[in-house]
Amino acid sequence: MSLVNFTTREITCKIVYYGPGRSGKTTNLQYIYGQVPEDRRGRMVSLATQTDRTLFFDFLPLDLGSISGFTTRFQLYTVPGQVYYNATRRLVLQGADGVVFVADSQARQLEENIESLQNLHQNILEQGVDVRTLPMVLQFNKQDLPRDLILSPQELDDALNFRGLPTFAADALRGTGVFETLKAISAEVLRRLSEGASGRPG
Amino acid sequence: MDLNPRYRFASFVVGAGNRLAATAARTVAERPGTYNPLFLYAKSGLGKTHLLQAIGFEALAQQPNLHVRYVTLEEFVEEYHAAVAAGQSDAFRRAVQDVDLLLLDDVQFLAERREMQAELLRLSEALQAAGHQVVLTSDRPPAEIHDLDERLVTRLAGGLLVDMGPPDLETRLAILRRKAEERGGQLSAEVLGAAAEAPVANVRELIGVVNRLLAFQAASDAPLSADAARALLAGAAPVPPPVAAAPAAPAPEAPASPPQEARPADDFSSFLSVVSQSVARHIEAWRGRVGEAVVRWQGQGFKTRRLERLLEGEGTGDPDAVLQGYETDVAELRSLAETAATLDQGAAGSALFTDPDRLEEARAWVARVREGSAPPPAPSGALTFEGFIAGSTNDAAVKAALAVAADPGKAYNPLVLVGPVGTGKTHLLHAVGNALLAARPGAIVACLSAQTFFEELVAAIHGERADWWRRRYRGADALLLDDAHLLAGKDRTQEELFNLFNLFMDAGKQLVFTLERQPAELEGVEPRLVSRLSEGLVVGLGPPDLPMRTEMVTRLLAAQNVCTDPGVVDYLASRPADGARAVAGLVNRVVGSIDPTHETLTVLMARIALEGDAGRVSAVLAAASRVPDDVDPLLRSREKVVWEWPDIADRLIEDLR
Repeated sequence: MSLVNFTTREITCKIVYYGPGRSGKTTNLQYIYGQVPEDRRGRMVSLATQTDRTLFFDFLPLDLGSISGFTTRFQLYTVPGQVYYNATRRLVLQGADGVVFVADSQARQLEENIESLQNLHQNILEQGVDVRTLPMVLQFNKQDLPRDLILSPQELDDALNFRGLPTFAADALRGTGVFETLKAISAEVLRRLSEGASGRPG
Repeated sequence: MDLNPRYRFASFVVGAGNRLAATAARTVAERPGTYNPLFLYAKSGLGKTHLLQAIGFEALAQQPNLHVRYVTLEEFVEEYHAAVAAGQSDAFRRAVQDVDLLLLDDVQFLAERREMQAELLRLSEALQAAGHQVVLTSDRPPAEIHDLDERLVTRLAGGLLVDMGPPDLETRLAILRRKAEERGGQLSAEVLGAAAEAPVANVRELIGVVNRLLAFQAASDAPLSADAARALLAGAAPVPPPVAAAPAAPAPEAPASPPQEARPADDFSSFLSVVSQSVARHIEAWRGRVGEAVVRWQGQGFKTRRLERLLEGEGTGDPDAVLQGYETDVAELRSLAETAATLDQGAAGSALFTDPDRLEEARAWVARVREGSAPPPAPSGALTFEGFIAGSTNDAAVKAALAVAADPGKAYNPLVLVGPVGTGKTHLLHAVGNALLAARPGAIVACLSAQTFFEELVAAIHGERADWWRRRYRGADALLLDDAHLLAGKDRTQEELFNLFNLFMDAGKQLVFTLERQPAELEGVEPRLVSRLSEGLVVGLGPPDLPMRTEMVTRLLAAQNVCTDPGVVDYLASRPADGARAVAGLVNRVVGSIDPTHETLTVLMARIALEGDAGRVSAVLAAASRVPDDVDPLLRSREKVVWEWPDIADRLIEDLR
């Protein structure tokens, strides 16, 4: 799968929401789903456990219509956050055009964030992709929680953002920062249209 | 781009948010070079362009001789690209470096334009070194412009960096009042106050607010009330003033409503617009590249169908790959054309070498030329037996030609067609050639005039390729040489032809020649060649007789879709003509003299066209003296009727004059 297909005049962007368990990846997708006009979105596929944890992955196709003669589609995926679903994460990550790393702002989740970020790098590397070339943004979710429970965006930035990626504070439940994140990753991904689709996974 | 006279310092409303920017701009306008470069940044609609152009006006007012240039980055980039495409990038640089005050708008679009960034860096260094002022605007500070070269960032930020904030309440009020006055409208202080409180992001929206209020006030009789204004600005339906109080109630709530409520439409559409812009920018970028390539290659005479298909959306594959493939093909075509030129001058200009879509053919052609097997000139497809008019004067020649075509090399070899100019020798020669080709597709039939034959040989000798030239003709299956008498006096060509002649005869290959005179009467032709020509069948072609001319005229008129009176064909055929060409000339003269769309060609018109006024008179006479078909047979008796009335003719001539 290529980002842009000149034969069929299609642009397909696969964006994967990555992050530790319960950081709010599915919530991001649910919020987006709620805001997209019905004719633009496909059915959101969610494979969840009984306790509403993502078991396999969530998938939300967005049809943005024809842009400059190209049928443009976005496919948003989430990965299951729990450590033991790594095989699934690798599968979902295949062919991703961009990654949104959703971090849990709670202070006690810092270890999980770091672990998940390392896992992401590991998985990208295993697919033979240069991490530096894959478009990525960070989202610090749950910034609406009481101050004494969470780390500030600055603190999280210091802890997680060693690559100097764009970061967004968010409250995915209410939608704050969700579309800002999506816009940023889309712009990053589409910027690669001009650079040619080299160095992509899959 | 010219400065817009509306944008002056006088019309710029200064507030807390833009005071520093306005002061800096004024200083730069009055004393260029004070802050160099001056970099103004602000969100859209806060007056960057206004301030930038105001600097230009003020500077010109102070020093009318100053060379001021205002340009948006997009235009700047376009000019630069055009200059590069025209190979005049140095002239472009010189022109820009001559500017005393360069005002560059919207430089945020420098993002991702590496080559333009490098160019701008070079230019701004040169301008600043020469003490020329540069002022730039952007919607964000240099450090936040994506992918901007570090050196450029430091250079841009090295002068004065000023941001412009949104207008505060007082400034908004002042702007509203000024705009309302400019538009010649009267709005009450309360209405202006309400409008100033409306949640707008920038000055442009504020001006939109004034326009809406003024438009609404103009449409209603009474002056607008503050409540009605609020309702209007909150997006409520326009309400007549008397009941304005009731619907005005929800208006104040509108800005206070929870942000989640306001989000939905905004969120998705702003996402969509980000995506659309990114995609469009990319698509436009490669469209631009392809468009430039089309112009460039067309300018160099190459066919660009393949690239045009890309632009029309029919092409497949990555445009960059297609572009690269195209350029590779063009390069190969060029080298092929060069190779061909060294082998065969005439072939180098062939259309084959300008069409990358026919690269395969060009390759094959050059390969054949290399081996010396490039086919010699072939017969013209238009001249066939079907189109040839046979008759009593060329009957023998046509029969001989048909026999040769049916049984080449055996029936009559060589066949020599002799006749004066215009009797159809060339036509018959090519007809034989075409018939030979039709009978044996793939056969090589050399069919050309003796003059061309001679010129080719000269070119081959000049290019030291005589061997190649000989091989080319020796490989042919038949040689049809038109106007062989033109070889008179050309000894070397005659010698080559003599050798070729013998080879062809030995191999049983057909030879056909056309001559204006009998072989024995030729002068300047070697006797050994003359005797060989005489050895074959020599048949004559004469000028067309009346039935042949009639047939020719009929065909020519039919081909031109001309309606004629019955007598016209007979008249034209009866005119003296010594050959097919002369007949065609007559017909063309007559047809050319009429308007073919609605006129029927009459004998009179034909006569006038060919004979002038004399024709007119004789036509009238002919009409007057013609016996109508339905005349009583009795009256046809010559003895009883006076058919020609000399006085009538005289009188008619008088009338016509």
